[in-house]
Amino acid sequence: MRDVNVNLITEKVRELCITSNCDLPKDVEDKLKEGYEKEESSFGKYSMENVLDNVKIAREENVAICQDTGLAVIFMEIGQDVHLVGGDLAAAVDEGVRQGFKDGYLRNSAVDDPIFVRKNTGDNTPALLYTEIVPGDKVKITVVPKGGGAENMSQMKMLKPAEGVEGVKKFVVESVINAGGNPCPPVVVGVGVGGTIEKTAMLAKKSLMREAGKPNPNPLYAKLEAEILEEVNKSGVGPQGLGGRFTAFAVHIDYFPAHIASMPVVVNLNCHAARHKEAII
Amino acid sequence: MSNIKKLTTPLTEEQVVGLKAGDQVTISGTIYTGRDAAHKNLIKALNEGTELPFELKDQIIYYVGPCPAKPGQAMGSAGPTTSGRMDSLTDALLSKGLRGMIGKGPRNAEVIDSMKRNKAVYFAATGGAGALIARAIKKAEVVAYPELGPEAIHKLEVEDFPAVVAIDIEGNDQYKIGKAEYAI
Repeated sequence: MRDVNVNLITEKVRELCITSNCDLPKDVEDKLKEGYEKEESSFGKYSMENVLDNVKIAREENVAICQDTGLAVIFMEIGQDVHLVGGDLAAAVDEGVRQGFKDGYLRNSAVDDPIFVRKNTGDNTPALLYTEIVPGDKVKITVVPKGGGAENMSQMKMLKPAEGVEGVKKFVVESVINAGGNPCPPVVVGVGVGGTIEKTAMLAKKSLMREAGKPNPNPLYAKLEAEILEEVNKSGVGPQGLGGRFTAFAVHIDYFPAHIASMPVVVNLNCHAARHKEAII
Repeated sequence: MSNIKKLTTPLTEEQVVGLKAGDQVTISGTIYTGRDAAHKNLIKALNEGTELPFELKDQIIYYVGPCPAKPGQAMGSAGPTTSGRMDSLTDALLSKGLRGMIGKGPRNAEVIDSMKRNKAVYFAATGGAGALIARAIKKAEVVAYPELGPEAIHKLEVEDFPAVVAIDIEGNDQYKIGKAEYAI
């Protein structure tokens, strides 16, 4: 058994909130550069130039890449040989978010109740904390700031198994094209298939953290990812939706066994600022 | 893309008549921020006949909820938010003389009709380029609804704010034109 003080978790969450919002992962930046080179539309080039300049400025000046610094989605893998001490884990995580958003000059984007009052909580809490117990004695924390523009374009559908691969493909491609310029393309298309609906959504969300463009290890799914990417990039939507070739820079599909009656699909998009950062304690 | 056209506020009818969808522009002068919650408040004020926090005629509203300013900055990262969420709240403002909007993403038919009727223009700024755009903002002050935090209405002084004419006063829509041009 290894004792881990939750104060250390507060400190790491604070740091990851800031770095994830200011420093775009290299793999994402490389994909954006690749798309910029290949883009044929002048609007697409213009938008991508702004996007790439912006990534550099944010990193150099340690300021937010995008003003939508998102809800603080946090995944935590806790080794089963870890004993958390020193206080309440959820409170420690929220404290990290509170400090990180204040000290990093990040925007508070959370409102308390979603329907009636919609009052800003003032410190971007609560975090959306998802914990998982894994083997070992480490704690892995991943912070994924999730902006509203791309999240609002999420789609879910309970497809019939008879609709097969073509059904999945059609639904995903249409979801991305219908989203148009709203989710700040070029996007990462996160897709979850299988499980029950909460699982499907989680698969889609987690797929966004995969190294950009790395194919699914199952060749059938890898092929589907490539086909969907090709279709989406034929749509003409382009960077910012103003017309061009570069609508998505990656399609990530993750799957889980499904019920004999079901083929649930969730599409969760990420804007070009596909932010995530992790640390291991 | 065209040579860059330089615009200054207030944005008069004469200035927008010559603008075409697809034109690259820079905007200098005073503009106002306003997004979801501020729009609801503005519409409420119009419905109740109470005074608006600023005169809409020939002004530009920028759909943005900025990050707080770091020391030395006028404003933190400040890129556009998705304009479509303001669609149902836009006609009322255009009818009162609002001349321009800056945001990202397409607008619906109701907004485009109202833009044609009221000779207003919709500019697109680059979504997700908040740090870059913040450099064009020289001064910022909250002029209404401070309780809304990042959604408060800010009066901004901008210099060479970079944008593209996405929809012009004739209703030409770069989102539709661009997509059709590059669809395979």
